Amino acid sequence: MTQELILETRGLTKEFRGFTAVDDVNLQVREGHIHALIGPNGAGKTTVFNLLTKFLPPTRGEILYRGKPITGMKANEIARLGLVRSFQISAVFAHMTALENVRVALQRRLGTSFHFWKSERTLDHLNDRAMELLDEVGLREYADVLTVEMPYGRKRALEVATTLALEPTMMLLDEPTQGMGAEDVDRIVELIRRVARGRTVLMVEHNLSVVSRLCDRITVLARGAVLAEGDYASVSADPRVREAYMGSEAVEEGASA
Amino acid sequence: MATTQTLTPAMERQRNARLRRGMLYLVLIAVGLAAPFVAYPVFLMKVLCFALFACAFNLLLGYAGLLSFGHAAFLATGGYVTGFLLSSYPGLTPELGILVGTLAAVVVGTLFGALAIRRQGIYFAMVTLALAQLVYFVFVQSPFTGGEDGLHGVPRGALFGLISLRSNLAMYYFVFAVFLIGFAIIQRTVHSPYGQVLKAIRENEPRAVSLGYNVDAYKLLAFVISAGLAGLAGSTKTVVFQLASLTDAHWHMSGEVILMTLLGGVGTLFGPLVGAGLVVSLQHQLAQSPLGNWVSVILGLIFVLCVLSFRSGIVGEIAKSVRKNFK
Ligand SMILES: Nc1ncnc2c1ncn2[C@@H]1O[C@H](COP(=O)(O)OP(=O)(O)OP(=O)(O)O)[C@@H](O)[C@H]1O
Ligand SMILES: [Mg+2]
Repeated sequence: MTQELILETRGLTKEFRGFTAVDDVNLQVREGHIHALIGPNGAGKTTVFNLLTKFLPPTRGEILYRGKPITGMKANEIARLGLVRSFQISAVFAHMTALENVRVALQRRLGTSFHFWKSERTLDHLNDRAMELLDEVGLREYADVLTVEMPYGRKRALEVATTLALEPTMMLLDEPTQGMGAEDVDRIVELIRRVARGRTVLMVEHNLSVVSRLCDRITVLARGAVLAEGDYASVSADPRVREAYMGSEAVEEGASA
Repeated sequence: MATTQTLTPAMERQRNARLRRGMLYLVLIAVGLAAPFVAYPVFLMKVLCFALFACAFNLLLGYAGLLSFGHAAFLATGGYVTGFLLSSYPGLTPELGILVGTLAAVVVGTLFGALAIRRQGIYFAMVTLALAQLVYFVFVQSPFTGGEDGLHGVPRGALFGLISLRSNLAMYYFVFAVFLIGFAIIQRTVHSPYGQVLKAIRENEPRAVSLGYNVDAYKLLAFVISAGLAGLAGSTKTVVFQLASLTDAHWHMSGEVILMTLLGGVGTLFGPLVGAGLVVSLQHQLAQSPLGNWVSVILGLIFVLCVLSFRSGIVGEIAKSVRKNFK
C-alpha cells in the first residue's frame, strides 16, 4: 500500500453568516486507505464533503488533490478528476430504471451527451457494462425496475454501482449505512470493502462497528474542528474523543462488534 | 447469453413504447392531412402555430423543469424578423425568411439563457420576464417593426420560389409540415442521449453534478432549442397571417403559452397540442359570442380550475387513467 497523500486540506474553513461550521481543518487522506470522518451530529462532516467536492465554496483554506490545488474548480470538474461523492440522503434518479441510472453515468465518457439529434438507442451498447456493474452490487434482478419502487437498502447499493460506473480513483461516501437494517449494513460493508480495493475511500459513518471493521484511519470532528486522528484503537482510547462524542458505552459497543 | 436475456423485458417495453408512439404519429399525420377538408384552414393554421409554440415551451418546462415567463419574446422575434425580411426583400422565399427568423430567436434565446440559467425557480421566471419586457420595448421603439401598428401585408410568396402559398390550402400543408418538423425535433431531443442527461438533471440535479455533468450547459441547450422552436412558430405565423404585431411580444402571450401547456398536460408529448387547440378554439368561439369581452376572465377561470382539479392536464389525466385501467 502506498503512503502517498491523495487528498489534503490546509486551514479549510467554512462560515455561514458568522457561524463557523468547519474550523481550520487540516485533513490528510492517504492513497489506498479507507478513511473515516466521524463526529457528533452537526459536527460539520457533510459540510466538509460539500467543500471537498465544491458543492460549497470555502471561506478560507486550500484543497489539494495529489499535491495540486483544486480549490478553484467547479463541482462537475472535481468529479471528472475521479473524485466522486455520494449523498447523505439517497440520491438516485427515481423515475429511471436501475439500468438507466447506471447508464447515465457510463454515457458521459461517450462524449455524445449533448447530441440531441441522436437516438437513445445509441446508448444500448452500454447496457452490458451497466449489467455487470449492477451484478457487482447484487442488483441484477432490479435492472428493469424503476428506482422509486426499490427498497431503501437497494437504492444505496445502486448509488454505489452508479459511482463505480465513473471508475473513480476516490469515493466520498456520506453515511452509506444510515437508516439500514443489520442485514443491509453487512451487505454494504462487504460491498465497500470490495470496491475499495485499488481505490481510496473517505466515508462519514455513525455506526462505529462499521468504522472499526472497515477503516484504516479515522478523523474525529467536533464543532467543526479536528479533535483527534489516528487508527481505531488510538482514537477510541482518546479521553477527549470519549468525552466530546462517543460516550464510553458507544466505544465499547463498537470495539466488541 | 445471460445478459441479453435479462435485458429482454426492458428492451421489449421500450420497443412497444416506440411502436405506440409510431402509431400515434401516423394517426396525427392522417388527421392533419384530412383536417382542412373538415375545418377552416386558417383556423387550423393558427392552432398549429400555437401548438408548436406550446410544444417548444413544454420542452423547457416539462423536460428541463425550467419555467420561462418570457417566451413571447422568441415568438415575436421570429415573427418580426421574418415579417421585416419578407416585406423588404421581395425576392426572398418564405422558407428562407422563416429560417432567418428562427435563427434570430436562437440568438436571442442564447443571450437570455446565458443570463437566466444560473437562477433557480421563481428567480429564473423573473429574469426571463424582465428580459422579455426589454425586448417588448425594443420592438415598440424600433423603426423596423412598425411600432404600435406592427407589420402588415407581409407577402406569403412562393415556397422555394416554386409553389405559391397564396391559397390557404397550400399554406396549410406547408404549416403542417413545419409543425411536424418541429414536433419531430422535440421528440428526438427527449429520446436522445442528451434527453437522458436532461432527465437525470430534472430527477436529481446534485447527483447529476456529482457524476460530472455541467448542468448549466445542458439547461442552456434546452433553453436555446425551445427558443428556436418558439421563433419558428412565430415566423410561420407571420407568413400565414401576413402580419407581425406587438400582441405576440406582450407578456399576455407568455402567460397564454403556460396556460395551453398546463391545460393540455405538461411533460406529455401531445398535451401542448391539445391545450393549444382548446385555447384557440375557445378564443375563436368566445370572440363571436356576446361574451367576447370576457375571454381573458374565462381563460383565467379555466386556468384556476385546471391547476386546482386536474394538475397533470387533460392528456396527463387520460394517460393516468389508461395506465390504471389497462395494467
Ligand atoms: N447551508 C447551510 N447554511 C447554514 N448553516 C449550515 C448549512 N449547512 C450546514 N449548516 C450548519 O453547519 C453545521 C454542520 O452541519 P453538517 O451538516 O456539516 O453536520 P454533520 O456533521 O454532517 O451532521 P450529521 O451527522 O447530522 O449529518 C450544522 O450546525 C448545520 O446547521
Ligand atoms: Mg451529515
